Amino acid sequence: MQNSRLRRRAILALIALPWPAMASGLQDAIRDAVGEGEFTESGITLTLPATAENGGQVPLTVQVESPQTPALHVTAIHLFATRNPTPGVASFRLTPLVARAELQTRIRLAEHQQVIAIAVMSDGTRRRAVAEARVSTGGCLS
Amino acid sequence: MSAPLATPRLRVPRSARRGEAFEIRCLMTHPMETGLRPDAPPRDMLNRLLVRVEGEVALDATLRNGTAANPYHVFFLRLERSSEIEFIWSDEGGRSVRATARVTIA
Repeated sequence: MQNSRLRRRAILALIALPWPAMASGLQDAIRDAVGEGEFTESGITLTLPATAENGGQVPLTVQVESPQTPALHVTAIHLFATRNPTPGVASFRLTPLVARAELQTRIRLAEHQQVIAIAVMSDGTRRRAVAEARVSTGGCLS
Repeated sequence: MSAPLATPRLRVPRSARRGEAFEIRCLMTHPMETGLRPDAPPRDMLNRLLVRVEGEVALDATLRNGTAANPYHVFFLRLERSSEIEFIWSDEGGRSVRATARVTIA
């Protein structure tokens, strides 16, 4: 009796877990990638289709305004999907050999959500862009 | 799991102007199976793309679950002299594949 109640409580706790865990999962992923601190919302553009037919292959472009000189260049671009089962999409480390701070890739989106791009500059400043994307067919679990 | 990785497909110009940006496109055929799908095969993910110019790192990408199958990347490089560009994709099981392209600076 005591045992089964405990078990039920444990199962309820497991069911209750995913939501807050997901939100803090996103925060943890961002903190792991870039640490704590402020972001500027300018000098970075994130382009996604407003509606993607196939969530399994969503084209994405990030452009950062940067001269890409040894003195000032983008050192990293991180991508996060806010409502995917795991929020981290990819991280790119760049050097001044990369002539333009512009990257194109394809990502997976589980459902309608926001995508976040964070660029870290060589002077330590960080920039953030957010774009909203709808998907017709989820690309993570199907 | 043990099958070798596919041959990557690259589009790199044969020649470029000194110090000017040129575009590189690369496509790697890979299922990028996260292991999260209900009826899924076991996890099988590429987790890194490393691009080097004459041995010096230009781009180092860490790919995670949100990267689509058949990872496709477009980026821009610039060179001061003719160089060999090396691409290495590696997966979580320790397999990797290497491809190179030579760009001549006129």
